[in-house]
Amino acid sequence: MRRVAKERNAFTRRAALIGAGQAVVFGAIAARLYNLQITNHSKYALMARQNSISERLVAPERGLITDRFGVILAGNQQHWRALFMKAMAPEPDAVLENFYALVNVTSDEKTRIAQDLAGHPGYIPVLLKDYLDWQDMAAIEVNTPNLPGVIVEVGASRVYPLGPMAAHPVGYVARPNQKEAAANTVLALPGMRIGRTGVEDEQDAVLRGVPGFVQTETNVHGVVVREVAHDAGTPGENVALGLDAGLQKLAVQSLADNTGAVVMLDAVSGEILALASTPSFDPGLFDTGVPTAVWNSWMTDPKNPLLNKAIAGLFAPGSTFKPTVALAAMKAGTLTADTIHTCPGYLKLGSHIFWCDDHSGHGSINVVTALQVSCDVFFYKVALDTGIDPMAAMAHRMGLGVDPKVDLPNAATGLVPTHEWARKHRINWVLGDTVVQGIGQGYTQLTPLQLATMMARIATGNEVQPHITRRIGGVLQPASTTAWPSLNVDDQHLATVRKGLFEVVNTPNGTGYAARLLLPDVQMAGKTGTAQVRNNTSRQERDNFNDMELAWEQRPNALFIAYAPFDNPRYAIAVVVEHGNYGAQSAAPIAHAMMTYALQNDPAGRDTPLTGPLQIATPAPPVTGT
Amino acid sequence: MMLDSPLSLRRPFRDRSFGLMRKFLRINWLFVFCVCLLAGVGYAALYSAAGGSPQPYAEGQIIRFAGMLVVMIVIAMIDIRFIAKMSWPAYIAGVLLLLVVMKFGHTGLGAKRWIDLGPIELQPSELMKLFLAMALAAYFKRATVEQTGNLLFVAPAAVVILIPVALILKEPNLGTAVITAAIGATVLLGAGVRWWWFAIIIAIIAISAPVLYEHLHAYQKARIITFLNPGSDPLGAGYNIIQSKIALGSGGFFGQGYLHGTQNQLNFLPEKQTDFVFTIIAEEFGYAGSMAVLALLFFMITLAFHTAITCDHMYGRLVALGIGTNLFLYCFVNLSMVMGLIPVGGVPLPLVSYGGSALTAVMLGFGVLQSVHVHRDVEFTGHTDD
Repeated sequence: MRRVAKERNAFTRRAALIGAGQAVVFGAIAARLYNLQITNHSKYALMARQNSISERLVAPERGLITDRFGVILAGNQQHWRALFMKAMAPEPDAVLENFYALVNVTSDEKTRIAQDLAGHPGYIPVLLKDYLDWQDMAAIEVNTPNLPGVIVEVGASRVYPLGPMAAHPVGYVARPNQKEAAANTVLALPGMRIGRTGVEDEQDAVLRGVPGFVQTETNVHGVVVREVAHDAGTPGENVALGLDAGLQKLAVQSLADNTGAVVMLDAVSGEILALASTPSFDPGLFDTGVPTAVWNSWMTDPKNPLLNKAIAGLFAPGSTFKPTVALAAMKAGTLTADTIHTCPGYLKLGSHIFWCDDHSGHGSINVVTALQVSCDVFFYKVALDTGIDPMAAMAHRMGLGVDPKVDLPNAATGLVPTHEWARKHRINWVLGDTVVQGIGQGYTQLTPLQLATMMARIATGNEVQPHITRRIGGVLQPASTTAWPSLNVDDQHLATVRKGLFEVVNTPNGTGYAARLLLPDVQMAGKTGTAQVRNNTSRQERDNFNDMELAWEQRPNALFIAYAPFDNPRYAIAVVVEHGNYGAQSAAPIAHAMMTYALQNDPAGRDTPLTGPLQIATPAPPVTGT
Repeated sequence: MMLDSPLSLRRPFRDRSFGLMRKFLRINWLFVFCVCLLAGVGYAALYSAAGGSPQPYAEGQIIRFAGMLVVMIVIAMIDIRFIAKMSWPAYIAGVLLLLVVMKFGHTGLGAKRWIDLGPIELQPSELMKLFLAMALAAYFKRATVEQTGNLLFVAPAAVVILIPVALILKEPNLGTAVITAAIGATVLLGAGVRWWWFAIIIAIIAISAPVLYEHLHAYQKARIITFLNPGSDPLGAGYNIIQSKIALGSGGFFGQGYLHGTQNQLNFLPEKQTDFVFTIIAEEFGYAGSMAVLALLFFMITLAFHTAITCDHMYGRLVALGIGTNLFLYCFVNLSMVMGLIPVGGVPLPLVSYGGSALTAVMLGFGVLQSVHVHRDVEFTGHTDD
């Protein structure tokens, strides 16, 4: 028994040693736990938070662009897109095959998807298809079991309810390019858009807003489990334009298939009520990416649909320049209301003959009649008497050939030549150039916006500045409330010119008589213009050939400028129909339609449409801050 | 010796005719309580691992546990002498099972470890650890001090250890192979084999380690490399260790709260319901919770050692020592792995990790342990005669 006891003690000793060793190991484990859980707790807690909570910036909702009455010109629409998380799919290739069988994906896109899948880690989603339609959505929904890893997510896209009709003034947005995204990280956010032209570009900073953020808990696959916090950011401000959607639509519809531009201004405030340029383009295409075929067709189209002809199209003003010439001459003292010039149908200068539009001649006429019948010879003589620099000075005062200072990008300055300009450009200015300057031909190049501005200034006698933005975030912009300073043009001179413009439209001999308003107690004053775009041979000039026989692109541009009501001007308009021949023929009817609509609906100075009975020729209420 | 009532627990237990009731009462119910407590911890952890649901882990696991608890109690009442007689057949059966696994086994995670036995999948290497302890205990149950000091007497025991270790290595399952060898070595040490022999063997292994490394499986090498530098590939092999450490560390003292551990609930924990189950406890119950579990485990090991020390016969002592050491090694390897102290090794936390095979093996071992406890003072025939 002693042996047994001895053996037992020996075993107990050994077991105790082994147990002690194990206790030491447990102590080490406990120490390690203490180190991890207590000493380094804050470090690991932070790592855990970063692990599970991911904060990402989200694109703010872009501000709306509306017309003055709140009609949406640029809005936001939610759309659905399909993403693919490779990490969630046991067999990615099979899933892709299933997806392609359900949803139409181009081969280019398939190549891009394959590249993205190869290039991204499995937990970064790859865009499969943007702008899913309901059929796609339904197909994906029904086949969810066959599409592990396919996620359908909501995004916002920019929509333009008026489409091409307001594309030029409103502009469009596109995805920022890499350079822009690198310069401003906010622009790198998915869904962020940048304005490219029009108001979208001009007011981009206002419309863009401030990004918000979403804190989401994600699991190990990067799949969002739930949203922890959501800050929508500050949406962009809504911008209300001076445009009246009704007038805008009418302008586009009136231009119809013609190539041209219409600008209508509130002659008092300078707000742009309509700004049309045709042909136009679908601004919505830029949000998704313009198809190559469409882009190429735009680029090769001689009618240049992407050019906003209303502010960047340069046209010889033709006879619409004559009111400015008359004012310049009267200011220079080379013309009075009573000055008589005789028109034999042509002006001979040296060996060159400058024909009047009417080869039979207008006889002995004063400036009012000269405007009324659009006598060229009268203005040839006035121009010769006055010289180009005084004419240019008056033109600049009318806003012609100078920066229009409009709140739209890419507005052209145009050109009204001066001697200094000719010297600078090494042009040998000859007297003949001065002659044709009198009828708005030659070097003079102006935009429809400038012509409308000139019309507004002649109508009001004030230095009206055109502008398109009326309210930002509901706040009426200063330009809309400014009382524009006087032009400092003699009232008598203005009255004389206005009388001429009145007779153009309201007397049977006037070139614009057909466009006269058919409304009671309200008259329109205006001026036609027919601007040649080619140098006709002197033989053609003499024979007074029919321009309609020319090829389209050789025909003269048709112009018409007008304002109304005559005795209390509120609306000013400029219409250019490219290669439309006579201004009276194709441009004046558009002005007639526009002016009739404007006077009937009287949008100027209002934020709510006219609802009461029609009040023609009532003095418009002063612009207020409401 | 004082006379006790027939039901007295202090009454010497030398005759199996005393009946089942007596045996039942001699079971170490404190240990059984600890086992149930640990299984409860496992249920809570698995419930949390499923995001607050008994499906798919916790419910199945607790049902299996209940079944195995009955088996454990039954084994506890089987005479230890009968178990001792079954030691060698069990060992041989275990080795045969390992061979079967090598031929027909179900491959999982790059290793053949599993046998599909209809409703339960069995990992013979888990059972082998118990059978090895039993076989060695049977071998040394009558060994004298002279014999344990005799290399020729000990050498066959070394072979008995090396056969299953080699087979398990071949599966390959490095973790279990090392644990099996360590159990064998501990039993030998408990039997009185000289400690410096082990020192020599460990030295030889240390020297030959670089050579052995070359023969490791690719995934085993990857485990060792990522263990040495877990940050090298955060979303690759080292990911498990990093996420596991984040889970432990973010627990703090009181934890993030039950069912509120972000690492766990958001699936950042890899294999969380099996090998990394401890991270759930540590993250949601913090240092306090993990220390409580650690204390429970250590207390159970202590009870096993107590059973070994209080046992009158060498067979029971050595088997209890082996089973206690097995529990210790499970905990040590699993916890060290979870905390990034040793390479990840596919070793579960007993009774807490999800999985039937480890549970079965551990509960069988506890059954044998309790049989030792119940039959701690039986006489092995001829034992005291030498």
